[in-house]
Amino acid sequence: MNKSLLILKREYLTRVKKKSFIIMTLLVPVIMAALTILPAYLATMDDSEERTIAVYDPTSLILNKIESTEFTKFHYIPEQEYNELNKNFKSGKFYALLFVPTNILTTNQAELISDKQITFDIKNLISDRIENIIESEKRQQVINETGVPDLEKKLAATRTRIKLNTIKLGDKGEAVKSSTEMAMAIGYAAGFLIYMFVFIYGTMVMKGVMEEKSSRIVEVIISSVKPFQLLFGKIIGIGLVGLTQIAIWIVLGTAIITGVAAYMGQGSAETAIQAQNIMSGSQAMEQMGAASPVKENMVLDIIQMVGNLNIPLIIFALFFYFIGGFLLYASLMGAIGSAVDSDEDAQQMMLPVTMPLIFSIIILFAVAKNPEGPLAFWASMIPFTSPVTMMVRIPYGIPAWEILLSMSILVGTILGTIWVAGKIYRTGILMYGKKVTLKEIGKWLFYKN
Amino acid sequence: MELFQANNIVKEYAGHVALSSVSISVKEASVFGLLGPNGAGKTTLIRIINQITAPDSGELFFDGRRLKADDISQIGYLPEERGLYKKMKVGEQALYLAQLKGMSKNDALKSLKYWFEKFEIQAWWGKKVEELSKGMAQKVQFITTVIHKPKLLIFDEPFTGFDPINTNLIKNEILELKKQGTTIIFSTHNMSSVEEICDHIALINQSKKILDGQIDTVKEKFKTNTFEVVYRGETPDLHHRLGHGFNILEQVRTAHLNQMKIQFNNGQSNNELLKLLMNQFEIVSFKEIIPSMNEVFIHVVEQSNRENKL
Repeated sequence: MNKSLLILKREYLTRVKKKSFIIMTLLVPVIMAALTILPAYLATMDDSEERTIAVYDPTSLILNKIESTEFTKFHYIPEQEYNELNKNFKSGKFYALLFVPTNILTTNQAELISDKQITFDIKNLISDRIENIIESEKRQQVINETGVPDLEKKLAATRTRIKLNTIKLGDKGEAVKSSTEMAMAIGYAAGFLIYMFVFIYGTMVMKGVMEEKSSRIVEVIISSVKPFQLLFGKIIGIGLVGLTQIAIWIVLGTAIITGVAAYMGQGSAETAIQAQNIMSGSQAMEQMGAASPVKENMVLDIIQMVGNLNIPLIIFALFFYFIGGFLLYASLMGAIGSAVDSDEDAQQMMLPVTMPLIFSIIILFAVAKNPEGPLAFWASMIPFTSPVTMMVRIPYGIPAWEILLSMSILVGTILGTIWVAGKIYRTGILMYGKKVTLKEIGKWLFYKN
Repeated sequence: MELFQANNIVKEYAGHVALSSVSISVKEASVFGLLGPNGAGKTTLIRIINQITAPDSGELFFDGRRLKADDISQIGYLPEERGLYKKMKVGEQALYLAQLKGMSKNDALKSLKYWFEKFEIQAWWGKKVEELSKGMAQKVQFITTVIHKPKLLIFDEPFTGFDPINTNLIKNEILELKKQGTTIIFSTHNMSSVEEICDHIALINQSKKILDGQIDTVKEKFKTNTFEVVYRGETPDLHHRLGHGFNILEQVRTAHLNQMKIQFNNGQSNNELLKLLMNQFEIVSFKEIIPSMNEVFIHVVEQSNRENKL
C-alpha cells in the first residue's frame, strides 16, 4: 500500500504542477465570472454624453413636465424656431428635435427628428417620459369625468401580480416553502458538474494508462508493484486532482461572486436613488415604493427556500455520486486504455462505455420535468446513469429508500467493475501490436493471475 | 549454490502453450543466458520470475526458499519493452523508480549520485526524458534497474539501442556486478555477447527447454570433430592415402600454402590424426573447430523444429 501511495503522489503532483492545470484552474472561474458579470456590468454603465433635445410642443401637454437627466437636457422652442430646424436639421446645438402633435391624445404618436440614428437609450427615455405624462393626463380626464373621489388610488390598488407560493408538506405535515425553480437549478448544476468531472477525469485516467503503455514504462513499474496497485494509485491520484480543481473553483468562484456582488450592490443602490430623484410625480414614487418590498421578499424567499432544501443531503449526495461516478467510469476507461495501442482504437472503445453517461445528460431535462416518473426512477437506479440522474432528483426530495438503494447498487457495481477492470488491465498493459476486440477482452477475464 | 530455481513451470494462454514444464537453475554470482528464438517463451518465463504473471503449475525457489511477493525488491528487471515517462525529469524519475523498489529517498539519492557520476551523466539530472537520445535513456534505465543492489538481475536484450562504446560499458558493468556477487539472468539474440558474458545457458524453443549446460560443455557437445589444417606440399590423392573414416570438407590452394577442413568419423584422438597427417605433408597449423554459440543455436533450433514437425 505504501507503493500505491508513492504512485498516487506522482500521479497527483505531476498533474497539479502542470502549467495547463494551473492556468485552467485559475482561469475558468475568472472567465465564468466575467461571462456572467461583464454583460450586466456593461449594461449598467451610463451613457455619459451630454445631449440637448429641442422640444416643440404646441399642445403644452408636456411643457416643462419632461425633466432633464444628468446628460440629457430638454430645451423648449417656439414654433418659428421649430419650422427652421425642421426644414434642415443638422445636429449640433441640438441632438434631436421632438415634436408633439396636437392630436397626440388620440393618435398616441410623436416625432423625434434627427440626422443621426437616435440611440436606443434616448428613444426609450423620451418615449417613457411622454408615455407617463400622457397616461396621467388621460387618467386625470377620466377621473374628472366620473367624479369618483380618490379614483386614482383605487385604480392603483387594483393592479395585481400573482405570486404562486409552492408549498411542500414536511414530514410532520408542516408547510415548507419550496421552489420548483430552485430545485431544478440545483439539480441541473449538480448533474452537469458530475457529468463533466467524470468525463474529463475518466479520460485522463485512460490517457495516463495509454501513456504508460506506449512509452513502455509499464513493465518496469509492474516488476516493482502489482498492476492493480498501479491502476489504483493512478485512479485515486487523478480523482484527487479533479477534487482539487473543483475545490479551487468553488472557493475562487464564491470569492469572485461575493466580491462583485458587494461592489455591484453598492452601485445599484446608488442608481436606484438616482432614478428616484429623476422620476417625477407621485406615481413614479408609488411604483418604486411598491417595487422594493417585492424585491426584498424575493431575496428572503430564495434564502428561505434554499434553507428548506435538504442541503446536507444534497452536498453529501453530490460528493458521493461525484466520487462513485468517477470510480465507476475511471476504472472502465483505465481498462480501455490498457487494451488499446492507438488513439483511434481508444475512441472506438470509449463510445460504448460513455454511452450511458451521455444518455444520462440527454434525459436530464425530462428527469427534471418529472422527477417521479419511471424514466427518472430507473435511470437513477441503473449505476451507469444514476450519478447524474439521482443528483437531478434529490433536490426535489425523494424517498430515502430510493437514495439508499441507488447508492448500494452503485457501490456494488463499482466493486465489480474495478475487479473486471483490474483483470483486463493486467493483461492489456503487456499486450502490444495486437488489435484487440471485445471478445478478446472477454477472454482476458478468465486468465489466471 | 543456486540462487534461483524454477521447476516444471507450465503456462498456458487460452489454448496456446507458452511454457511446457520448463526447469532452470541459476548459480549464485554467475551469468545465466536464457536463449531462444522469438516467441519461444523466454519473456513469459522472465515475467513469471518477476511475478508479473503466475505459472499455471510449477515451483519457484529464491535464495533457498520459495519465491515470495517481497522478493521483488531483491530482483532488478530490465525488460525488452522498456521506456520512461517522457515528460518527467530524469533525476525525479530515477528517484521515483528507486523508491518503488523499496529504497528510502536518502539511500536512493546517494546511490543515484554514485551511478550518475560513474556514467558521467550528472548534467542530465534536470532534463526531461524526451530530450534524451535513445542510448542516453537506456543508460538511465540501466541505472534504475541496478540501483537497489538486487541479488538477482534480469536483463532482456540489454544492448539494443547502444552504440559499440556504450555496449562495452554496459557489458563491463554486468561483469563487474557478477564479480561483486550478483546473479544475472541474461536474455538475448546476440550470440557473440552470450559467449563473452555467460557462464551457463538454457535454450528454449517452442515452449520447451531443448538445451541446458555450462557454455564450454555445450560447445564441446556440439563439436563435429572438424579440424582446420594449413600445410605445405602437394597432396595428390589425399583421400585415398588417408583411408576410411575421414571427410575432407573443403580444400583451398594458395600460391605457397594449402588449407583444408577435415572431419573424422572414428573415435581417434587428435594426436592420432596429427600423426597421420604429419606423414603426408609439412603442417603449418592445426586447429580444432569449436562451434560458435551462433552455430549451436541455429543447429539445435532447426533440429528441434524438424522433430516437432514430424
